[in-house]
Amino acid sequence: MKQKIGVYICHCGGNISDYVDVEKVRQSIEHDEGVFLAKTTMFACADSNQKEMVEDIENEKLDSVVVASCSPKLHLLTFRAVTERAGLNKYNYVHANIREQVSWAHSDNKEGATQKAIQIVKAAIAKVRNAESLEPIKVKATNAVAVIGAGVAGMRAAIELAEAGADVYLIEREFFVGGRVAQWDDLCITEETGKELITRLYDEVMKHKHVTLFTGAEVVENKGSVGNFTLKVKVTPRHFKLNCISNELQKAIDVCPVEVPDEFNFNITTRKAIYHNYPSEYPQLPAIDMKNCTRCGECEKVCNSIDFSQKTEYLNLKVGSILLATGFDPYEPKHGEFGYGEIENVVTFPQFKRIVHYCDDKLIYKGKEIKNIAYIYCVGSRQVDGENKYCSRYCCTANIHTAITVKKKYKNIHNFHFNRGIRTYGKAEIWYDESSRLGDIYLQSFEHDPPVIEKRGDQTFVRIKDILTTNKELEVVADLVVLVTGMVPRKDNSIANLLKIPKGRDNFFNEIHMKLRPVETVIDGVTISGASQGPKNIMESMNSALAAATKSFELVASGELALEPTVAKVDEQSCDWCGKCEEACPYSAFDKIEKDGKFVARVNAAVCKGCGMCLPVCPVNALDLIGLTDEDVESMIDALIPTV
Amino acid sequence: MASGKVNHGPNILVFSTEKISDPAIDMAGLLKLHYPPTVYTIPVPCSSAIKPKWILHALEQGFDGVFIAADGTDCPYGESCTEKTGELVSRTMEMMKEKGLDTARLKMAAICSVCSEAFVKHVKSFSQYLSQSSN
Repeated sequence: MKQKIGVYICHCGGNISDYVDVEKVRQSIEHDEGVFLAKTTMFACADSNQKEMVEDIENEKLDSVVVASCSPKLHLLTFRAVTERAGLNKYNYVHANIREQVSWAHSDNKEGATQKAIQIVKAAIAKVRNAESLEPIKVKATNAVAVIGAGVAGMRAAIELAEAGADVYLIEREFFVGGRVAQWDDLCITEETGKELITRLYDEVMKHKHVTLFTGAEVVENKGSVGNFTLKVKVTPRHFKLNCISNELQKAIDVCPVEVPDEFNFNITTRKAIYHNYPSEYPQLPAIDMKNCTRCGECEKVCNSIDFSQKTEYLNLKVGSILLATGFDPYEPKHGEFGYGEIENVVTFPQFKRIVHYCDDKLIYKGKEIKNIAYIYCVGSRQVDGENKYCSRYCCTANIHTAITVKKKYKNIHNFHFNRGIRTYGKAEIWYDESSRLGDIYLQSFEHDPPVIEKRGDQTFVRIKDILTTNKELEVVADLVVLVTGMVPRKDNSIANLLKIPKGRDNFFNEIHMKLRPVETVIDGVTISGASQGPKNIMESMNSALAAATKSFELVASGELALEPTVAKVDEQSCDWCGKCEEACPYSAFDKIEKDGKFVARVNAAVCKGCGMCLPVCPVNALDLIGLTDEDVESMIDALIPTV
Repeated sequence: MASGKVNHGPNILVFSTEKISDPAIDMAGLLKLHYPPTVYTIPVPCSSAIKPKWILHALEQGFDGVFIAADGTDCPYGESCTEKTGELVSRTMEMMKEKGLDTARLKMAAICSVCSEAFVKHVKSFSQYLSQSSN
C-alpha cells in the first residue's frame, strides 16, 4: 500500500480550470489516505512542471504519482516517462482524465464538473494505492506498413518508410498514382508542375525494393491490432497486359464507343471507357472502366493487350502499422450557389485549372474568348450557414498564383478578386504582391454580404458592396466566374469506417492532439497524414507524411512492441481446473497444469493479450488482470460515489 | 469562479473500453456534447472482462445504475466479445433478481470509437429513466 502519493492537478491553461475549481479539488483530496503532496499546476505537461515532479519524487521520496489532466490517450506516456526519469517504476503512476470527461463534457455545469473531478481524482488515488511495480510485455511486431493512398503524401511516406528499412504496401484505390496533384500544372512556390513532382516521387517509389505498389486496390477487411494487423485487399484488374503497344492503345481508345464525363478534368471534358488520364501517367498502363464498358468487343479487335479474362484478386497483407494518406475532395458548390449549374460561365477553381491546361494561345471557354475573370473566394469554406466553418488554407495562394499564370500566358486578361480577406500566409505573400503589381483588382466584402452573380441578357455581372472603398457598390462584367472552392473530406471514406478512425467537427480525420501528437489516432498503430486530416498545401502534406512515417516506423522498427503488462493471473489456491477460462480465451493462453496435488490453470503471459474475457467466466473468482484486480476496481467504485 | 447549476441526477457508473468506447466518451467532451456530471467512467480493456461482482458492488454501494459501453463488433480482441458481454449481462441480471435489485438498473449498448452522440443519448435517457423510477 502506497504511503507517499504525489498528486498534481492541472489547469490546462483554462481548459480545465475555467470549468473546474482545481484548488477545491486539491483541498478535497490532500488529506486522503496515502497522499503526501498535492499541487495544482498551470500546465502539467510543461517542461518546468515535469522537472518539478522529478524533483518532488526524488527529494520527497514519493512512491507513486497521480496527474489529473487531459485524456490518458494524450499524456499517460508523458507522465509515466517522468516517473521513470525520477527512478520510479512507471506503473506506479495513475492518470485521471478531468478534461475530456469532466471540464469539456460538463462546461455547462461548473459545480457539477468540480464535484465529478474530485471523485475522479479520489478514484485515481484509490487505484494508485494498490499499484505494483511491473515490467511491460514484449510482442513481435511485423516490420511492414500499409500506406493507404498514393498521392504525394502517401508516396513521400512510402519512400521514407522504405529507406528506413520497413516493407511498405502502397495501396491506391484509383488505377493511377498522384491523387489531386496530378490534376495540377504549375505549382507555387517552385514553379514545378504537379506531373513533374509525381514523376519524381513515383520513380523513387519504384526503385525501392521494399515498396510494393497496388493500384485499383482497396482495403475491404481489417483484423488484428497494432503490430499485427491483417488487411484483406481487393485488387481490381485493369484488363490490360503489361507492355501495351502505344499505337494499338490509341486505336482501342478511338474505337471505344463509350463516352463518359471525365472526372480527372472535373467533368469539363469526356473520356472513353478505355482510358489514361494523360499520356505519361503512372503506372504507364491504361485501364478499362468496367462500370461503363459495354463489352462490345471493338477494342479487342484492334489491340492485343486487352485481356478481359483478368479477375479480381484478394490479398491478405500482414502489417504492423497503417498510415492513411487518402487526401481530400474539392468542394462541389450546390446548384445555384453563386450561379453554379445555372449560369454557364460559372466554374469551380479546379475546373478553371483544367481549362487553363487545355488552352494554349487564347483562353477560351464554351467557344468564347475570356478576358475578364471574376474570382469568388471562400466558396465552401468559412461558411456562415454551412458546416464548413474552417479555412481551406491553400485556395487564396493557389488561386492568386493561377491568376498570375493566366495573365502571363494570355493577352489582355483582367483579374477581379472578390474576397473576404486574402490569406496568402508565409512565403506565398510574394504572389499577392506580384498580382497587385500586375494590376489585379481586389474587392472585399464581409461574410454576411457576399457578392451577387447575375445574368442579364448574354452578360454575367458580379456585384459587390466593397468594404475597401467604403461600401461602394461596384459591378464587373465577367466573361468567366471562378468559384474558388476549398477542400472537403473524401466523399467515399469507407477506410475510415473500416478502421474506426474518429473524425473531428470538420469531418476530416482527427488526430490525438493537434500540437503534441499531430499524426497519431486513438486507434493504436494507425497514423494519418496529408489533407485526409484537414486542408493542407503540398509542403504541409509532405511534412505530415514524414511525421506519420516516423511514428509508424517507430512502432514496427525493432520488430517488437512493449505492451501493457495487463495479463491474467491465477489464484492457484482458489482454482480447481474446470476449463472455462480456456474456453473463453480467444488466444489459447491457458494451460492445465498439476500443482500441489490438483489441476489448476496457468497463464502463458507471452500469449495473453490482457483482454480479460476469462475473468467473468471463472466460477470461483480465481482470475484477475494485473493492474485491474477486484481490489483496484472496487476501491475505484467506492471512491467515485459522492459523499455529499 | 461563478457557480452554475448543480445536477443532482442519478449516479451512473460507466464501464468503458480503453480502445473503443472510451475514445468516444473523450470525443463527446471534445465536441462539448453535454451529459449529466453524475456519470462516472472506469475503463477496462474489453467489455467482456467485466465481472458481475463489480457491477453488483457498484449498485450495492450507492450507484443508481451501471452502463456498459460495450465494444460490440469492433472489439480488437475478437468477434466473441459481443456474445460474451451479453452472457455476463444476463448472468448479472439473474444475480440482481436474486438480490431483489431492479434489472433495469443495468444497461448495455455497443459504443464504437466515434459513437459520441450515441453515448450521450444513451446515458441521458438512462439517467432520465433512473430519475423517474426512483420517484
